Amino acid sequence: MWQVKTSSRNALAGIASCVSGVRLSRGLWVLAMLTVSATVCHARGRPSPETPSPSYAFEWTDSQWGRVLLMKDYNTRIVIFGVAVLGGASGLVGSFTLLRKRALMGDALSHASLPGIAIAFIAANWFGGNEKSLPWLLVGATASGLLGVAVILVIRNQTRLKEDAALGIVLSVFFGAGVALLGVIQQMDTGHAAGLEGFIYGKTASMRAADARLIAITSLIVIAGCLVLFKELKLLCFDEGFAGAQGFPVIALDAGLMTMVVLVTIVGLQAVGLVLMIALLVIPAAAARFWTETMWRMMLWAAVLGTGGSIVGGLVSALFPGLPSGAMIVLVCSVFFFVSMMLGTRRGVIIRLIRRMRLNRRIDRQHLLRAMYEQLEKSSGGPDHAGLAERTNRRISVSLGKLLSMRSWSRRRLSRAIERAVEDELLRIQDGACKLTQAGFTEAARLTRQHRLWEMYLIAYADVATANVDRDADKIEHVLAPEVIDQLEDLLDEQGMTIPVPQSPHGPLSPGETLSPGETPGVLGTDADSTPQRDASGGHP
Amino acid sequence: MTGEPFVAWIGQMLPLGFSWSWGLDGWIVVIGSLAAVASSLLGNFLVLRKMSMLGDAITHAVLPGIAVAFLLTQTRSSPAMFVGAVIVGLLTAVFTEWIRGAGGVDEGASMGVVFTSLFALGLVILVQTADAVDLDPNCVLYGSIELTPLDTVSVGGRDVPRAAVVLAVVTVVNALFVLLFFKELRLTSFDPALATTMGFSSKWMHYGLMILVSVTAVACFESVGSILVVAMFIVPAAAAYMLTDRLGVMIAISIALAIVSAVLGHVLALSVPAWIGYRSTTTSGMIAVAAGGLFFAAATLGPRHGVLVKLVRRQLLSLRILCDDIVASLFRGEELEQQPPTATWLAGELFASNWSMKTALAMLRRRGEVADQDDRLQLTHVGRERGQRLVRSHRLWEQYLVDRAGSGAERIHDQAERFEHFTDRNLRDELAKETDTPVEDPHGRPIPDES
Repeated sequence: MWQVKTSSRNALAGIASCVSGVRLSRGLWVLAMLTVSATVCHARGRPSPETPSPSYAFEWTDSQWGRVLLMKDYNTRIVIFGVAVLGGASGLVGSFTLLRKRALMGDALSHASLPGIAIAFIAANWFGGNEKSLPWLLVGATASGLLGVAVILVIRNQTRLKEDAALGIVLSVFFGAGVALLGVIQQMDTGHAAGLEGFIYGKTASMRAADARLIAITSLIVIAGCLVLFKELKLLCFDEGFAGAQGFPVIALDAGLMTMVVLVTIVGLQAVGLVLMIALLVIPAAAARFWTETMWRMMLWAAVLGTGGSIVGGLVSALFPGLPSGAMIVLVCSVFFFVSMMLGTRRGVIIRLIRRMRLNRRIDRQHLLRAMYEQLEKSSGGPDHAGLAERTNRRISVSLGKLLSMRSWSRRRLSRAIERAVEDELLRIQDGACKLTQAGFTEAARLTRQHRLWEMYLIAYADVATANVDRDADKIEHVLAPEVIDQLEDLLDEQGMTIPVPQSPHGPLSPGETLSPGETPGVLGTDADSTPQRDASGGHP
Repeated sequence: MTGEPFVAWIGQMLPLGFSWSWGLDGWIVVIGSLAAVASSLLGNFLVLRKMSMLGDAITHAVLPGIAVAFLLTQTRSSPAMFVGAVIVGLLTAVFTEWIRGAGGVDEGASMGVVFTSLFALGLVILVQTADAVDLDPNCVLYGSIELTPLDTVSVGGRDVPRAAVVLAVVTVVNALFVLLFFKELRLTSFDPALATTMGFSSKWMHYGLMILVSVTAVACFESVGSILVVAMFIVPAAAAYMLTDRLGVMIAISIALAIVSAVLGHVLALSVPAWIGYRSTTTSGMIAVAAGGLFFAAATLGPRHGVLVKLVRRQLLSLRILCDDIVASLFRGEELEQQPPTATWLAGELFASNWSMKTALAMLRRRGEVADQDDRLQLTHVGRERGQRLVRSHRLWEQYLVDRAGSGAERIHDQAERFEHFTDRNLRDELAKETDTPVEDPHGRPIPDES
């Protein structure tokens, strides 16, 4: 028996691993399909290549497609490389902030960086430096971004305002200050704020090699930080209090995480723009959550989705002029999100719907079988097990109306449950009445046993009144794992209450009857399926 | 204009260094105030319902609605724009709720997904139709309040800026909404479950609020821009929340703060750049900065919830407790007929820092409760009475805790130490009565009489 179980478990594990392999490849397949369909759809929506409208910079030819898709252009290569690395890094960091329920921190932060950029610009102008030098502007952005985070934390911890208001205040006031400073910069001789506009909308298309290198370096630092601090940050995300109690420097870790968010956000600003940088931090991580329950897998998914979305979005915007790349990247990412939300194998909408439907079906079947068993018990004239077992061999049939009156379920639901049970050969229908098959009877006895075990446990240990015990047991019996049943039996053994199918606590019950003589509880505990038969033969010789 | 001499006079009195004309600046201030009041009326409820970021999300997300409405109608002032924005604003709220509910995603993240996607969509539509539509994303983001007085319509024979008319209507609608549904809004904001059981649908209030937030956001776009609407929604209301505990008062304060920040913002926009040699800067940005400044003041100096005030109050309390401890320990020393201690020794004994010890002693000397005798501290008559009261409270409490509350004798000292500072004459009498006027505490020390 055990060997059979073990081997079947092995088989199951094999199937499971196959399935997960299938899932993974399916994920990649979806990604590939999306790429293709997005491009194809767009090609259809466009006017034919022979009649280019004046707004298009160049003619559409097949070679153009080939050039872009194979990344023959140096420029395209740089842009795609830059956004891909950025997407991966922000996916990783975003996973942490998402789990820490700080998804919108990136929003506040990217807005808060604007005054820093403007002040850095003005300062460079005054001291005669190069006001458009990117690292210098990024230093300003980082400083004011970190200041914004600090202000958020102060408002949240020191006043009675909640986090949402703190985010909103910092976001809008800092941004307002930035806008006011930009108003001044526009009057400067060298200003025109042209370089600074890029921070708000992004200027992906004009990304230079130096920019891409900066993004790559920062992203590598952030990725390394995430991997090195993986264990610590994971603990911080799931149980901050426990992390503190274990002696981890919680505040320093939090600050480290926020610094990584700031770094990614700031370098990302110029690539996809201010508002759309938020999307890269939130969307891939949120989409990844649908595919897995494991932290490192989620990070992997988020990185893959972020990278994939950036590449596809970048390619689409390179193929068609007039599609801003920042916005296209976000839109592709949100398509990924939508697909993940629907098809996600762990928390996706469809899978959860199926899971709930399955559970409902299982519950209905269990209710049906138990109702049948209880009817048999009743018509067999009392809680005498030996008599019951004998009589069921004659297969008493129970009418639909009787079953219907046992619970508050609709006729339609009941007849569906019966149909499915008939398909699985647990029931047979004869002249409009139901009969249990041998397999059905075994299963029904097992289920009734579970239900009553739990009822007795509730009465014996949880001090639940007899009148309420049926309803409580009704809720939980469907989710009882076999191990829990074992434990219940062990517990009830000590009370001397173990019996093949315990009698209903609602019926007449005397303690002497409940314990079958000659049965060792341990044997009964593990193998529920054979109990009724054994009871019939061994319990009453 | 009639007010001009007055402003010129102010300009002379206060060398702010900017010029003012009612025809232009007056209208700018009026439009800014209307936008601020309309937003902050609703903002109170956003802050109280912890939905501030939904305001932010909606203001970003209405972009595609506006863009499509522009595309269809080719005008700026059409009601279609409002319809488009309301539809998209509602969609934002519904999508956020759906992703949160069906997808099991945390609310902040679901908001982030929805509004960034919609914003990106709007941006793509805008760029794609750039030839057909004269709508600059810049204008949507920052607004151009400086240009609004130039676009006028005729109302009752006078030229009034169109933005002022639109915003006035929106303000009135919002005010009516708040007035008519005040009770429902209050109940659904503070206790949605109770509201639902009482028959008010908090869901309908939620979506009603979202509709008005979208409408207000669109109306404010032209004047203050999308991100600064967020400042107007949240910042005055948050500042008012720091100042009061009553909803009606909070709304009134937030309206006042909104007007003040609009006026102040425009004045700052004109004057601050002038100090460093530039012309005026963006008014909308400065309005947000002014609102932020007001919030900072309210958050630090608010009479009950201000950070600074709370800090000072806590410091004063800890000083008072230190004074109590000094007097009580001097009294105990006298009781045991020990030599009066020095200040440094006492500071070590009471774990007090040098600075707080000095301050506490200065307070005690000023009240004439402690006197110095060759760098040793001695109680005066007044001080002795205070010490006696404190020690009496302490020992009565110990007696009570053992006698009535059944605590163990070894744990009562710390509790009595805490209670003694907040025990007045009446409570002491009550304690004495409860414990049958004992003469000794559980440790066997005498309980002094009431002075």
